[in-house]
Amino acid sequence: MTTMLTPELSSWAKEIRGYAVEYGLDFFEVIFELLTYEELNMVVAYGGFPTRYPHWRFGMAYEEYSKNYSYGLQKVSELVINNDPCYAYLLNCNSLVDQKMVMAHVYGHSDFFKKNYWFSKTNRKMMDEMANHGVRIRRYIDRYGLETVEDFIDTCLSIENLIDYHSPFIKRRREISEEEKEKERQETQPSRLKSKEYMDPFINPPEVLEAERQEIIKKFQEQERFPDQPEKDLLHFLIEFAPIERWQRDILSMIREEAYYFAPQGMTKIMNEGWASYWHSKIMTQKALEPSEVIDYAEHHSMTMGSSPGSLNPYKVGIELFRDIEDRWNKGKFGSEWERCGDIATRRDWNTDAQQGREKIFEVRKIHNDVTFIDEFLTEEFCDEHKLFTYEYNRQTGDYEIADRDFQAIKEKLLFGIANFGQPYIYLDDANYKNRGELYLIHRFEGVPLKMDAARDTLRSLAKIWGRPVNIETVVDKRRKLISCDGSKIDEKIIK
Amino acid sequence: MKVYPDSNRFRQIVRGKIKDNLKGYITRGEILGKQGKNVVSIPLPQVDIPRFKYGSQESGGVGQGPGEKGTPIDQDQQGMEPGAGEQAGDHPLEVDVTLEELAEILGEELELPRIEPKGDQRLTTDSDRYTGIHHTGPESLRHFKRTFKQSLKRQLSSGLYNPEDPVILPIKEDKRFRAAKQKAIPESSAAIIYMMDVSGSMGNEQKEVVRIESFWIDTWLRSQYKDIETRFIVHDAVSREVDRHTFFHLRESGGTKISSAYQLCEDIIKKDYDPALWNIYPFHFSDGDNWGGDDTTRCMKILKETLIPWSNVFCYGQVKSAYGSGQFLRDLTEEIPEEPKLLLSEINSRDDIYKSIKTFLGKGK
Repeated sequence: MTTMLTPELSSWAKEIRGYAVEYGLDFFEVIFELLTYEELNMVVAYGGFPTRYPHWRFGMAYEEYSKNYSYGLQKVSELVINNDPCYAYLLNCNSLVDQKMVMAHVYGHSDFFKKNYWFSKTNRKMMDEMANHGVRIRRYIDRYGLETVEDFIDTCLSIENLIDYHSPFIKRRREISEEEKEKERQETQPSRLKSKEYMDPFINPPEVLEAERQEIIKKFQEQERFPDQPEKDLLHFLIEFAPIERWQRDILSMIREEAYYFAPQGMTKIMNEGWASYWHSKIMTQKALEPSEVIDYAEHHSMTMGSSPGSLNPYKVGIELFRDIEDRWNKGKFGSEWERCGDIATRRDWNTDAQQGREKIFEVRKIHNDVTFIDEFLTEEFCDEHKLFTYEYNRQTGDYEIADRDFQAIKEKLLFGIANFGQPYIYLDDANYKNRGELYLIHRFEGVPLKMDAARDTLRSLAKIWGRPVNIETVVDKRRKLISCDGSKIDEKIIK
Repeated sequence: MKVYPDSNRFRQIVRGKIKDNLKGYITRGEILGKQGKNVVSIPLPQVDIPRFKYGSQESGGVGQGPGEKGTPIDQDQQGMEPGAGEQAGDHPLEVDVTLEELAEILGEELELPRIEPKGDQRLTTDSDRYTGIHHTGPESLRHFKRTFKQSLKRQLSSGLYNPEDPVILPIKEDKRFRAAKQKAIPESSAAIIYMMDVSGSMGNEQKEVVRIESFWIDTWLRSQYKDIETRFIVHDAVSREVDRHTFFHLRESGGTKISSAYQLCEDIIKKDYDPALWNIYPFHFSDGDNWGGDDTTRCMKILKETLIPWSNVFCYGQVKSAYGSGQFLRDLTEEIPEEPKLLLSEINSRDDIYKSIKTFLGKGK
């Protein structure tokens, strides 16, 4: 089975690549592979890595994609992998105009992967790394049995979101050198003077040693807490300190590595899709489109961009924000003078002919992630023009209802949805809670409670790895609660 | 494709979950509504991996479009899912399971024995599936790839293989042949005859119990026989044959004469199902009320003389209702004691369906 592009497609790939370079995109070289929908569904189920370790959830995803495809509910027509070289999978039954559009889109993604700062620390040889993980996990399965290993993987996956998305950029932890470790060992032992063996009881009297030992123990007990600072990267903490076996530690570290690899994609969803869509639209409409293809292109493009009432499409928001930024910087709608101007008419007709738009969007794609992108460039005018609103769940009617069209509210809600991945912010506060080696996690409450049944099960997983009771402090029904799990039983009590 | 092992593993897990929750599925009867031609959709809430996350109802979000404050928006399209990335959405998973598979699960969980068809209608074999490999066989069935592999292995290990001149010469021992694996398929046919009391005392809940139970009985028997025919008889004071829909929805008032149904059942068997060739399964559901002693005597006579001897088993399920006396079950126990082919079960509520199915199908007949 060959997955190579047909000669026609590969000449188009070359042409589109040329346009991308012309526009100043700087990307990893792209390897296109042409797949049947079954193969594509499989690759998508594996998160883009057909070489990944075996796990049932990939089978589950595959069935879901296949079902959606066969019922015509959803079609995945392309997939790009952040890797050097960049791999892109195309669906072989797409029409030529679709393939051209997808290729242009892919070059946009590849540029984003290469140039966006948040991707700068990801492993660019992830294709190989994933295959490596696959081999290691298969070996563990051979040695320890499928169910044992699978059970442990499930347990780890349950807490895979407890990582610190910023940690690749910050060194929060001091690397401890061997000398320091040695010094530490000395400090934790009573000081002995050198002596011949028969003289030892006289030179190092046991009672003095004992007293010194007591002192050290006391000093340790007085030491404030462990870890000395709250820890967001719980997976890292567990890898270092949890009482698990070597193979388990290895699996945990693989899962952590994969979580960090996928993190930037979640952090830049709006931007990444917006950027790629911006470029496919630019390249197609200005360069690659044949007159006979206009209608098909327009249909496909509007399908990807379409946002049915009551939903927000990241492709759409992203592309419109990039266009808005380009337009504003072309017309000079920025800076203190612009900010100070309150007159609607003046603002609308504002045009200093600054022509810095293109330059600006390249800068934006380099340094921002979704949170900073929305925070900085979402404007009131934009919200009005695109009819954005916030919605809330109405308990009485059981419907979601439009709640507000106020700019601040929209921005707040949008940011809440993407900050920390749209996931609750949870960190480890104390690993020696009650001086009994229990974990104490804190959920930083931001108005939305946790899903409790899932939280209880997650707590069980955590207790399984830590081997001691674990606790999480959160808010349930507007009251602060401590939920504890000793490995099997769940206990909840109100914190006063 | 590489995904198949993972897919299979997933199906295996799903199977396990269904098995664990089978009692619940049977009692609630929710999957009956999701039945297609050969598959049923089963909702599985607990397959996904638990994580610390927000409840979807609580969080709300941002949408786009016209509308005043308070306008309801379509639930299926709740805004964007932030951080979609790797994680799937938060909805209960529905898996399609074939009826065959469901029957297998039911059989395993209830420890139902495979049915041995009666008479000389033994299992026949079907041998046209070439799924095995043998060392000997006719040249026309030679498996080229396996043979090639085998001789390559042999040449490599004996040092005869020359990468410069990769000629593979198979010898007799290398040859592998496709072989037919014999697969047993049931060849016999069965007839299921459902009888139900539709007199005033049988309410909706009682009928629902019968409906759920008959679904599982059908599912199991279907997996055991090649051909299945199902007939439906309703009765109050008189009886008549109806179609499936009417059977479960008809409601009459009036008295009850069970013998009329038994009589009709006997006639149907006489006319369409020769007991020597067919495996016959009459099921009778009632709340246990009968017209009077006379009629019960007549029932016993029909049962003893024809229905029981003709059938593989004769099953009587007594569904508890507010009005039924439950006398008929007692009469049966007294009149026909120690008859292994007469299976009785008392269904007081939906929780008993599970037990009742086991009683009816647990004999392996």
